[in-house]
Amino acid sequence: MKIAVCIKRVPDTETRIRIGGDGTSVDEAGVKFILNPYDEFAVEEALQRRDKAGGGDVVVLSLGADAAQETMRTALAMGCDRGVLLQASPIPADGLAVAKAIAAELKGGGFDLILFGKMAVDDYNHQVGPMVAELLGLPCVTSVAHLELEGGKGTAEREVEGGMEVVEFAMPAVLTCDKGLNTPRYPALKGIMAAKKKPIEVKPAQLGAPRITVKALALPPERKEGRIVGEGPDAVPELLRLLREEAKVL
Amino acid sequence: MANVLAVCEQKEGQVRKVSRETVAAARGLADALGGSVDAIVLGAPGVDPAGANLGAAGADRVLVAADPSFALYAPDDSAATIAAQAKVGDYAAVVLAATATGRDLGPRLAARLDVPLATDVTGLAVEGGKVVATRPVYAGKAIQTVVVEARPALVSVRPNTFTAGTGAQGHGGTVVSVQAVTGAARVVVKEVKAAEQGALDVAEASIVVSGGRGMKGPEHFHLIEELAKAFGTAAVGASRAVVDAGWRPHGEQVGQTGKTVSPQLYVAVGISGAIQHLAGMRTAKVIVAINKDKDAPIFKVADYGIVGDAFEIVPRLAEEIRKIRAG
Repeated sequence: MKIAVCIKRVPDTETRIRIGGDGTSVDEAGVKFILNPYDEFAVEEALQRRDKAGGGDVVVLSLGADAAQETMRTALAMGCDRGVLLQASPIPADGLAVAKAIAAELKGGGFDLILFGKMAVDDYNHQVGPMVAELLGLPCVTSVAHLELEGGKGTAEREVEGGMEVVEFAMPAVLTCDKGLNTPRYPALKGIMAAKKKPIEVKPAQLGAPRITVKALALPPERKEGRIVGEGPDAVPELLRLLREEAKVL
Repeated sequence: MANVLAVCEQKEGQVRKVSRETVAAARGLADALGGSVDAIVLGAPGVDPAGANLGAAGADRVLVAADPSFALYAPDDSAATIAAQAKVGDYAAVVLAATATGRDLGPRLAARLDVPLATDVTGLAVEGGKVVATRPVYAGKAIQTVVVEARPALVSVRPNTFTAGTGAQGHGGTVVSVQAVTGAARVVVKEVKAAEQGALDVAEASIVVSGGRGMKGPEHFHLIEELAKAFGTAAVGASRAVVDAGWRPHGEQVGQTGKTVSPQLYVAVGISGAIQHLAGMRTAKVIVAINKDKDAPIFKVADYGIVGDAFEIVPRLAEEIRKIRAG
């Protein structure tokens, strides 16, 4: 089975964000970067599907700065076979421009599955995966939390408000992966050593002019200092009085 | 043309409440652009937009595309139908909700219309004829302002952010029938397995009660559920720690690797307040924290806090709220 997994290098979720000097981006000094947590589910799913099919080729693809190669090594250490980096720094805020560059790279690649994380925890866009699917004319299910594949057909479940949607599709297909789909493995020492020798092809991303541009990035307004109403259950009546009379939310 | 198209969602033939917010956001843009608002509803024959009163929310016209294939969400045919209407209507902007459906549909629509998509928007303005959107990034640790240089400007708006009825009223919401474009489905939604009766999604609920590791085990989450039930219309949320531990389903997770929420009231019980959790709920209007550790970071963002044992405080709180609601 031939599978492409598209991943993104993002700041660790425990990072405290500082605004860069340009006023439109994050100050990356001292920031720890990680493999986007949702992409871990995509990588794990690709590896399990390849191995279940008795072999194949799992390509990890990323669009981003040269440093994204470190993140790609994590995916290679988990077990992906090779990498392709589409160089772009910074990554455009226009997700369609990103999707077009990725679709151009994947087109004609003969992939049975193209997997993404359901979103990146930096820009929260939830969009590049389904855009790539549309650009390639492929079936797409987003936010997949459960997946069954059998004989070129698949059934996926995705969480919606008030339930789970059950979606049928035929392969080749694009899926974006949600938490719950699987439990991502930790790279073993052997995998980490092997990853150093796996090839990463590096080439510039073919990006058109972005049509969404960032005008400003700012920290959110601080919440005003709250107060401790009291201790223990005896504080409950006072809390409720404040919620009704001061905050007016009840 | 300076008109705006609002994409509505329906469930079992009734327009969803969140769509009134979508229409309200579209109304604000249309007022700034000097245009009118079309709200489009896709559903099975018999779909009834009247109940949602989209006219009062700001729609001038309600476009209904009725087809049996729209009974459940039809990703490809919905995108095709809305893209066709967007081309015919020559809209300056198209607005969706950043819901499970809107997040799936928006990118498909963007690719078909060859325009970019600004997602999860919490503020909209028009500057020099262009749509300018503000949106939380890094789960709310920063706020990004973007300029959309395309027509139509395609945006999805975060639930619980835009309030219906604050803009100009629409002109009654005249209902107009439009053509459904179907037959090219690449994926088919076979069914929706319903969650527990009346379960609300944390991202859409106006009150969220969340539990963390301080609940000590999954067997104690009935206290959180009972408190949510006492409020009437509240959703149950959870911290990453308890979801990772398998105590609660991941759909309830609030934070940077879960859902970002903006409810009227957020009650955090036994949650210490990791950075990634605080990022996901800091835009709540009012935050209440209940925690035994008076130095927990959650108290830094909470408007009101009670220090103490959640197992004593939560049942008392539920009881008092039930009394208030019983009048």
